[in-house]
Amino acid sequence: MTGLFSELSKRGIVLLVLLLALMLAAPFLANDYLLTVLILILYFAFTGQAWNVMMGFAGQLSLGHALYVGLASYVAAALFVRFGVGPWIGMLVAVPVAVIAGAIIGFLAFRFRVGGVYFAILTIAFAEFTRVGFDHFSYVGGSGGLFLPVSQYTSNDLVNLRGNPTMFYYVILAMTLGAWLLCRWLLRSRLGYFWQAIREDEDAARALGIDTFRCKMIAVMISAGLTAPAGVFTAFYYNNLFPEQVFNMGRSIEIILGPIIGGVGTLFGPILGAFLLTGLSESMHELLSWLGLDVPGAKAVFYGICLLFVVVALPDGVWPWVARKLKVTERKVTERKP
Amino acid sequence: MPPIDLILNVAVGGILTGLVYGLMALGLSVIFGVIRVVNFAHGEMMTVAMFLAFSAFTAFGIDPLLSLIPIAALLFAFGYAMQAGLINDFVNKPEHTQFILLVAVAIILVNVLLMIFGPDARGVQTDYSFDSFEVGKLIIDATKAYAALAAVLVAVVLFAFFRFTLIGQAIRACADNYTGALVVGLDVKRLYALTFGIGAACVGAAGAVLVLITDVTPALGPSYTLQAFIIVIIGGLGSMPGALLGGVLIGLTEALAGLFFTPSAKSMFAVAALVLVLLLRPQGIMGKRQR
Repeated sequence: MTGLFSELSKRGIVLLVLLLALMLAAPFLANDYLLTVLILILYFAFTGQAWNVMMGFAGQLSLGHALYVGLASYVAAALFVRFGVGPWIGMLVAVPVAVIAGAIIGFLAFRFRVGGVYFAILTIAFAEFTRVGFDHFSYVGGSGGLFLPVSQYTSNDLVNLRGNPTMFYYVILAMTLGAWLLCRWLLRSRLGYFWQAIREDEDAARALGIDTFRCKMIAVMISAGLTAPAGVFTAFYYNNLFPEQVFNMGRSIEIILGPIIGGVGTLFGPILGAFLLTGLSESMHELLSWLGLDVPGAKAVFYGICLLFVVVALPDGVWPWVARKLKVTERKVTERKP
Repeated sequence: MPPIDLILNVAVGGILTGLVYGLMALGLSVIFGVIRVVNFAHGEMMTVAMFLAFSAFTAFGIDPLLSLIPIAALLFAFGYAMQAGLINDFVNKPEHTQFILLVAVAIILVNVLLMIFGPDARGVQTDYSFDSFEVGKLIIDATKAYAALAAVLVAVVLFAFFRFTLIGQAIRACADNYTGALVVGLDVKRLYALTFGIGAACVGAAGAVLVLITDVTPALGPSYTLQAFIIVIIGGLGSMPGALLGGVLIGLTEALAGLFFTPSAKSMFAVAALVLVLLLRPQGIMGKRQR
């Protein structure tokens, strides 16, 4: 316990406990609307954390994480609809499927030394390929979509993930917390230091005897596998899946905006980024409808302008700046050097 | 198996459309080749140009083949301003930071278009929209032929500019050796702004003529961005003939895939071609090996 939180100051630990208590109490304090916003925030915090393993820790820019979310969604949903297999067992299939997809992309890219921008485009390409493929995959509904039977919200069935938003909220909260703890552990593991060495200078890392191919493969596979539970979650939360939406390039971009705005390579960055961006997006909506300016597109224009300002003002992300202001970190091991 | 005449007609149509795609990709290639920044707002700039051409046509009846010149000039100014005011500070930042910056620009562009024009598809009907040339058994759409011709003309002007003018050579010098360019006293920031402007002007011209061939909606931006990437990587990043060749190949692939399979699956073949090229020849068909 002490080892895991050693880099946090006392003040940081107090703030962390307060935040956790607030999150645990949220369903009793928030109304239904706010609760759904919180679920969305936690979803982005979770996926952002998973993406961060690949980019923030190991320095491999993936722009196609919707692929892993989507594959996991479809696997779990198809198992449930076709064979009545519950989501938790479905997850045991969905996670390996995502890991294999990640392994294929990683193998092809790293074996053939596709790196940097090319790697990023390759990840987009695989997501797009899968999107069009699923559009024509009639077993899971094709472009017409795949639907889960919607049940009454009278009782919560945790085993089959059927229930009210409060149950979903606690599920995603537990998932986010788990991902955060896992990433803390990974970042401080031997592998985590190898990743950071590769991120900073791959040639130097290889010269030091690090098996960069193996380390990068593990990063992609962990990142993909860690993303998969979010896919299972969304499938059972939204109850409908369309390839056009699930594998959309926009979804991949949404996933990575949070951690980049929050601070790539930091552990709180993805969480802070998710709060900031989803909060911004929702409050824009409220503000514009209050001002009577609710034309289609207006919200997104303001969102884009805010994004522009943040990235110009704090190109390394918001969290490193907030952490300095709050004086919550003592050692700066996790911060990415500019 | 469709009849051979039909296949040939579709193939020619695909090649002609592909030349316009090639001009769009040329813009991306120039920008990446020199500035080393990936323009993730490229397709969005393309839709801006398409809507400008559409507006010029519906409001003043100006043929897109003529309005392509002022539109290219407008996009040049936009690109120059964007590089000078925004991107120059990000040239040495990590890729993901540049990515977010340009994604923000892309989001703004798409949604400004959405606010002005709404989500519906818009197109242009000229008086030669249904004309065609018959060459032997081939039937060639006049619009596609004119659009491709315009695209090739713009590309030729660009080749000449980079080959024969001093500024063009200076820009190539920046691309070849950044430090060297600084040492001999080139104003790299201004040249970068010019380069982004030129890349944007290519997109402007390509967008203006593409409106003749296909309808435009604000939501098309991201798919044009992806298409430009695919073309540029297939042709070879930084290679100007490569971009045109890549455009033709993708135009051809998509047209034939639409004929032999189903039109909705055509982008899958473009992506598959990209994956193949990345694995077999990562520098692209006409790219130089850099490693």
